[in-house]
Amino acid sequence: QRKESLRSVSVDLNHDASLLIDIPDALCERDKVKFTVHTKTTLSSFQKPDFSVPRQHEDFIWLHDTLVETEDYAGLIIPPAPPKPDFDSPREKMHKLGEGEATMTKEEYTKMKQELEAEYLAVFKKTVQVHEIFLQRLSSHPVLSKDRNFQIFLEYDQDLSVRRKNAKEMFGGFFKNMVKSADEVLISGVKEVDDFFEQEKTFLLDYYSKIKDSTAKAEKMTRAHKNIADDYIHISATLNSLAADDMTANKKNLEKLSDLFEKFRKVEGRVASDQDLKLTELLRYYMRDIQAAKDLLYRRARALADYENSNKALDKARLKSKDIPQAEEHQRQCLQKFDKLSESGKKELTSFKGRRVVAFRKNFIEMAELEIKHAKNSVTLLQGCIELLKSN
Amino acid sequence: MLLVTKKFHNKSEFEFMKLFAARNDSFLSADANVELSTDKSGSSARKEPSGPRHASSFTPSPAAMQPTSLEQVQATAEPNPLKTCENLSTNCVMFLSSLGDGMNAYVAYKVSTRTSLPMFRSKVFSVRRRFSDFLGLYEKLSVKQSLHGCIIPPPPEKSVVGMTKVKVGMDDPSSVEFVERRRAALERYLQRVVSHPSLLQDPDVREFLEREDLPRAVNTQALSGAGFLKMINKASDAVNKMTIKMNESDTWFEDKFQEVENEEQQLRKLHVVVDSLVNHRKELCGNTAVFAKSLAMLGNSEDNTALSRALSQLAEVEDKMEQLHQEQAASDFFIFAELLGDYIRLLGAVRGCFDQRMRAWQRWQEAQSTLQKKREAEAKLLWANKPDKLQQAKEEITEWEARVTQYERDFDRIGMTVRKEVLRFEKEKAKDFKSQIIKYLEAMLQSQQRLIKFWEAFLPEAKAIA
Repeated sequence: QRKESLRSVSVDLNHDASLLIDIPDALCERDKVKFTVHTKTTLSSFQKPDFSVPRQHEDFIWLHDTLVETEDYAGLIIPPAPPKPDFDSPREKMHKLGEGEATMTKEEYTKMKQELEAEYLAVFKKTVQVHEIFLQRLSSHPVLSKDRNFQIFLEYDQDLSVRRKNAKEMFGGFFKNMVKSADEVLISGVKEVDDFFEQEKTFLLDYYSKIKDSTAKAEKMTRAHKNIADDYIHISATLNSLAADDMTANKKNLEKLSDLFEKFRKVEGRVASDQDLKLTELLRYYMRDIQAAKDLLYRRARALADYENSNKALDKARLKSKDIPQAEEHQRQCLQKFDKLSESGKKELTSFKGRRVVAFRKNFIEMAELEIKHAKNSVTLLQGCIELLKSN
Repeated sequence: MLLVTKKFHNKSEFEFMKLFAARNDSFLSADANVELSTDKSGSSARKEPSGPRHASSFTPSPAAMQPTSLEQVQATAEPNPLKTCENLSTNCVMFLSSLGDGMNAYVAYKVSTRTSLPMFRSKVFSVRRRFSDFLGLYEKLSVKQSLHGCIIPPPPEKSVVGMTKVKVGMDDPSSVEFVERRRAALERYLQRVVSHPSLLQDPDVREFLEREDLPRAVNTQALSGAGFLKMINKASDAVNKMTIKMNESDTWFEDKFQEVENEEQQLRKLHVVVDSLVNHRKELCGNTAVFAKSLAMLGNSEDNTALSRALSQLAEVEDKMEQLHQEQAASDFFIFAELLGDYIRLLGAVRGCFDQRMRAWQRWQEAQSTLQKKREAEAKLLWANKPDKLQQAKEEITEWEARVTQYERDFDRIGMTVRKEVLRFEKEKAKDFKSQIIKYLEAMLQSQQRLIKFWEAFLPEAKAIA
């Protein structure tokens, strides 16, 4: 069920039966996560119809980077690379828990440990899914699904690390470095002829900074919920100790309250994790997706700059009456490239809009429904406890 | 008397307290009194509905609902369900005034009492008291021989830091919270005092409730800085250092003392965690508010109309969530945390009366040993044949024999008092916990129900995204 809920971050994936990809399991060894990438295909370009390979996070990054560096894909939104698996938070908490073991009861410690293990598992599931979605975005893209390196990634049953090193030497992260500093190119002086792209530029730049902010703030909000769930564990445990030693009429009151807090911490924990998946992860994913869209704009801006430069070169050549045909050819090619990028870019950005709206809608609906569900659960628990207390 | 208008300059300062008071349906106008119901409320003018919940009668003033500035902030918590004595109810409202400047300023509290007991001069009356007056009352009660063995409810702690900020006139939310916390604590303190049958009869208590000009308490130094519990612990140490150990024929006292100590320890632990909960809840509050703003900005940026609208709606929902979290934090603090704080102090008071019993025993033992010495002295005098000294010795023996008898009686009486008090305390505690827990849970319930409404209202907005 959890798999479903994260998949809704990007809808309409993995529907085309000719190429179906999933990550059915993964192993966590120390710091490294080994994903099992499973492919089912009817395409003849693959050697087998059903196969699996082990892949590491770095392999996904390699694939992403090669796609970005491929000139032919300059007019496409390259799906954002999955973020590195990050177990720092639960690991740190596990460490702290170990240090504080002496101060809590065995029961309390066990519950905290359970909670942490669940957190660990949640991080693990999230990273599996975000890697999976990356591949599924590729497999459902009409152009990218046919990429040679993508096929190698899916099929090559040896270690990819050798290839990875070669790629790094070849490209040296040229494009990557370029786009990082390309904000200025976009913002300053590119005279935009096309209204569509002018609007997109303004919109994406603004939206990116806002969604980045919202992501960070959503994460803080979710973390506070988690802290409250943890407090509930301690409160329940202490109330339990009090109740155990109590020989008076108060014993029952304490027991009931302890029981309630134990149930509450589960509810609060789920509220936190649902919020994380439906809201924080949604915002985070689209933040990265918008960065990918921005990258497209950068590349187009670069192509426009090249075209303008080729014009200048042509004028110069005409002035000097030297190498005119080459300059003309160069200019023609630049224009062609730019036009192709613009046409493709327009399509991509339009469908991106649609994708975003659909995903937000789905997640908002699910989040609202879950909030209502958890709150109704809490109401039932509270009413039950109040009844019990009053009937004493 | 100068009345300084306490202005609340922005919404949030006042929110915390108003939320709590408003939610408890007890935001009163100036002269309303809260009446507690009893089983036999014959004489009181208002009839109370039967049932475990005590109703509060009040007239909410319209001005109070839209406060921008207030001359008197009058708010009381819901009536403390500790049963008071049959025909008396008392409450404590806050009354801000300023005599003197800066550090000499003080907060005055208005203590209103409604009663039909004949020992009071009138049926309804109010007096003004300051914090040190409450401490002074405690001081007086705690040294009374006649009340030895009784569990004297302890007053709230003095707080130099908290009070200084208020005196300096800072209108920040923490000062508001501090004053409301103190007011509520003083009210509970008084209600516990008057619900104790022996204390209600005490002239000092009557004087506290009734007398217009109460002489200023001077001995509150003992309760300054160190605080009530430190005082109890010092006394405990003295008892522990006693050389003659008691041989308990009845293990009830030992066992009960151990129980009390354990419980106090656990309550402290619980208090720490609940404090942590309050802080995390306040953090959640802040984070939610910040997130709501960010989401609103995102909504403005969004170019799809329906999605933009939905984002703004979601931002509003999160804003409402912030409100709920803030109310919940107030509830966590004023109901749950304060309940624990009260009982940590009360358990200290229970330990105190066990110590008093020990001291009574010690006094009896010392008297016995003195008597023994006197008898030995008399024997010596018989030998030495000094008739006048002998006469004196015989008189002293008689005197000490009487003392021994008296102290033994005192010790037995205190023992019985302590037993009775502890049983009463346990019953009251169970009732108190029960009602406070129910109050806490009902507040939470209301909160969750409102949460459901907010999200149910949002759902169609989300579905409308196209």
